[in-house]
Amino acid sequence: MSLDKDTVKNIAYLARIRVDEAQLEPLAGELSSILDWIEQLQELDTDGVEPMASVAAMDLPQRKDVVTDGNCQTAVLKNAPDGEDGFYTVPKVVE
Amino acid sequence: MSYVIKGETGDWEVVIGLEVHCQVISNAKLFSGAATDFGAEPNTQVSLVDAAMPGMLPVINQECVKQAIKTGLGLKAEINTKSVFARKNYFYADLPQGYQISQFEEPIVGEGSIILDLPDGTSREVGIERLHLEQDAGKSLHDQDPKRTFIDLNRTGVALMEIVSKPDMRSPDDAGAYLRKLRSIVRYLETCDGNMDQGSMRCDVNVSVRPAGSDELRTRAETKNVNSVRFVMQAIEHEAARQVEVYENGGEVVQETRLFDAQTGTTRSMRSKEHAHDYRYFPDPDLLPLVFDQALVDDIKAGLPELPDERKDRYINDFGLSPYDAGVLVAEKDTAAYFEAVADGHDAKMAANWVINNIFAVLSDKGVGISECPVTAENLGKLLGLISDDTVSTKIAKEVFEIMIETGDDPEKIVEEKGLKQITDTGAIEAAVDEAIANGAAQVEQYKAGNEKVLGWFVGQVMKATQGKANPGQVNKLLKEKLGG
Repeated sequence: MSLDKDTVKNIAYLARIRVDEAQLEPLAGELSSILDWIEQLQELDTDGVEPMASVAAMDLPQRKDVVTDGNCQTAVLKNAPDGEDGFYTVPKVVE
Repeated sequence: MSYVIKGETGDWEVVIGLEVHCQVISNAKLFSGAATDFGAEPNTQVSLVDAAMPGMLPVINQECVKQAIKTGLGLKAEINTKSVFARKNYFYADLPQGYQISQFEEPIVGEGSIILDLPDGTSREVGIERLHLEQDAGKSLHDQDPKRTFIDLNRTGVALMEIVSKPDMRSPDDAGAYLRKLRSIVRYLETCDGNMDQGSMRCDVNVSVRPAGSDELRTRAETKNVNSVRFVMQAIEHEAARQVEVYENGGEVVQETRLFDAQTGTTRSMRSKEHAHDYRYFPDPDLLPLVFDQALVDDIKAGLPELPDERKDRYINDFGLSPYDAGVLVAEKDTAAYFEAVADGHDAKMAANWVINNIFAVLSDKGVGISECPVTAENLGKLLGLISDDTVSTKIAKEVFEIMIETGDDPEKIVEEKGLKQITDTGAIEAAVDEAIANGAAQVEQYKAGNEKVLGWFVGQVMKATQGKANPGQVNKLLKEKLGG
């Protein structure tokens, strides 16, 4: 399977990664070879084999419904480039 | 009662499906230990997990899982003992992770159903497609500053249940009844507070139209975040009419996201980018599949409260109420409790009539809920007792009720103090009857000439003489005896 330039451009856009026009063609090639490798894996017969969600044989850990966290406004806002009155502020998002 | 849009080329019908987001009632968030309270100072209920700091890992809150199972059972739905969390990827300023943890291919709850109580007293069933658990996003405030949007992440990561209906609804009334019933069920279950005005229940409306009688499903448009039952109904009305117009002008409806404008009651295109729906779901590598034993489901099932449909059936079967009256009384849990307290030891039909006709009028008059009703259930029950044992007539009871609304007093005390006790003493009534007959020679002539309507005049005279306290049955009987003789 091979990806064309436009598909790569779209994927980059969806991931908000800026890719120069000149890089699209080489990237298409690299991504296509990854897909080829996946295709090769799919030749394996996995009928009747349970999908494996994790290499560790364990159940999803669960928490009790107790408030144990939060109340750290200063800490969560610390890395924000801009803020006011306890809010994060970002360039206006217009709908 | 079908809803038809009269177009220029013929009749059209509307096909509606609803996606309702219900905020789960829990102390802590779905994947973090931060609090969920509404209205806290901005960003004070945010953990480093909610703020999506690098290296933070989600750990699921078992209460949210139980609440989802409980809601699924309330919707008579199949519960999946294994489900999978997936990432729904999109970028927005109030979604710090860059993805929402949701469920896609394997939701916790599968197909179920919900019974609608329609305004004309009939019922119909609407299918539930699925219910899944997901994270809520933060809140964006666009009106604080001309150049900036303010972001509060307190709501980020609060558990939501997204409940998706099948496209089974055919009118704005259906959609209204669906939302009211769903709200009633989650409130009975105490899994969501159902307050649409606070945003703890939000609705996306999917609408398409087709020629009446056809069974095709045409392209639908989705109107996002409509926040009241009335607005949902308005949005459907407007959207259906718009689509009919598009088709009749030779156009095609495009699949898109639209916004509802509450000011005008119309919907408009969000002109969202063509990529908006490309969410690239994949299983969240931070979370193992959610697996639980059937025993947990059975346990929760055993502890379910009586739900509105079951209660409605009980009112119809045990109390002899009409389906409409029963539906109205069970819709809110508090109203049902009030009614049952009034009906305790009294005639249930009479109790239902008083609650529906009189108490509801008082509540809408005062703009309050049943919990703030000035007339307590106990006092209304006492008033019914006074009517049943002939202490007061229905007419006097209404007067007593008016006083109860103002003072909140015990009706027995009011009747005693105001001397409103009904006169059942035959001698006293007879005297008033005799007097009326003596004063109404002309009316007596008319009555004897066959004009039975004039009896009402005599009743009026007797009531006037007794300040309305004479037992109407006895008055009628005596009058007929004396005049007819």
